[in-house]
Parts: sequence; structure tokens; C-alpha cells
Amino acid sequence: MTETLELSIESKLEFVDLVSSVVKSVAAKMGFAEDDANWIELAVHEAVINAITHGNKHASDKSVEVKFVIESEALSIFVRDRGAGFDLEQLPDPTDADNLLKPSGRGIFYMRAFMDEVGRSTHPEGGSVVRLTKRKRPHQ
Amino acid sequence: MAQLNITTREVGEVTILDLSGKVTIGEGSVQLREAVRQLLDNGKKKILLNLGDVSYVDSSGIGELVSSYSTTNKNGGQLKLLNLTKKIQDLLAITKLLTVFEIHESEDAALTSFK
Repeated sequence: MTETLELSIESKLEFVDLVSSVVKSVAAKMGFAEDDANWIELAVHEAVINAITHGNKHASDKSVEVKFVIESEALSIFVRDRGAGFDLEQLPDPTDADNLLKPSGRGIFYMRAFMDEVGRSTHPEGGSVVRLTKRKRPHQ
Repeated sequence: MAQLNITTREVGEVTILDLSGKVTIGEGSVQLREAVRQLLDNGKKKILLNLGDVSYVDSSGIGELVSSYSTTNKNGGQLKLLNLTKKIQDLLAITKLLTVFEIHESEDAALTSFK
């Protein structure tokens, strides 16, 4: 059975903690281990921050929508902004020697490290959608 | 309440910043940047960041640690890390930053390393 939950926030950083609370709560309810739940929360935090800062450029009239798709074996989170999007494959690798000391550029790298799948698509009604999926481990 | 609290201590020539709370995008990162900047402006160039009570760090917070390190180096100083939580250690390891920072688990050892 699939359950869904949707949140919509204004492009304000102070609302990110609210989304984080929901992520932790959903992950715990699904039975993810605490460590996994913390990393899922961080991945979503990074995606929502990117949506607010890069996608919506902090515009107060542009919202960020976060949709949770809860399945028995996996949690997927879709984060939609109203920006033009970006190419996941064209992002510089923050672990390259040339980029190691750069102050930014690690958010999506962390998302990929902590989630099983990270994808990006263009929403049919405009904007960009980042999809984060974490599968439960066999014993969970 | 501030997201990040920073307390400053001086032991000999070393300034220890005890951080507690969140080092994340916005307020927390800015506070850390300003605290390090202020030390450098005052000629305090041996800086030890105690991260033992930091409950949460995101990619911006990690970026701020990197910036603080680079700024201190450029000003002829040294910035080292003390008491990494498991989470911060993992975040630094994944992005190959464990090799960039000098990291200590004991304050005494960290202080000695500046001499």
C-alpha cells in the first residue's frame, strides 16, 4: 500500500526545520534505523535548501512543495521548486583536488551519498523536481 | 534562541571556540565566519574549534569550516578541529576533508600541537 503526504512551504529558510521534523517522523514511523533516518533528513534538508536558494532564489511568491511517497519497502521524497533546474551529471565533483577547499557544492554530493537514488526532472507545470529514494534494509 | 552558541576561551596563544548547537546555512554559518574573522582581525592566529556539542551540520556548515580553515591559513594562522561528532566525521570523510583538517580528540594534545 502506498501513502502520500504533501507539504508546501514559502521560500524561507526558517521553514526547513519544519520539513525536517516531518521527515524524521515519517522515517521513524516506517521503521528506518535512527542513523538512516538522520541521513534521510539531511538529504531532504539539502534538497529543500537548494530549492529555496538556487531554484526559487528566495522569492517569497514561489513555494517549495515536498511530497512523501511512503511504500512498505521504500520512502521517496519529491522536492519541487519553480526554478529552471540543473543537470545532475554536470555538477563538479567536490572531492576533486581542485574543488576540495571550495566553500560550496557539497549538497547534492551528500544527497547521493545518503540516498539509494537521486533523480531530477522537470515538472509538467513548470519548475524542477528532485526525487530522493531510500529503501529499507532487509532487517528493518 | 540562537541556533549556534560560541564561547571563546584562551589557553596561552591558542584561542578555543566552543561551539554548541547547529552549524547550518544562515545564522549558524555566519556566526562562525564572524567569530573566526574577529579573531584573525585581533591577531589571534592559533584557533581550535571544539565541535563536541555541535548537534547538526549541513553542507553549508561543512563549507563554513572549510572557509574558516582557508581564511585562517591565508592570514598566516592555523585552524584545527577538536572533538568531532560521528556525524561530522562522516560528513568530512565522504567529501575527503578528513585529510585537509588537523583533528584532535583531546584538548591537551591539540594545544600541544600548536607549540
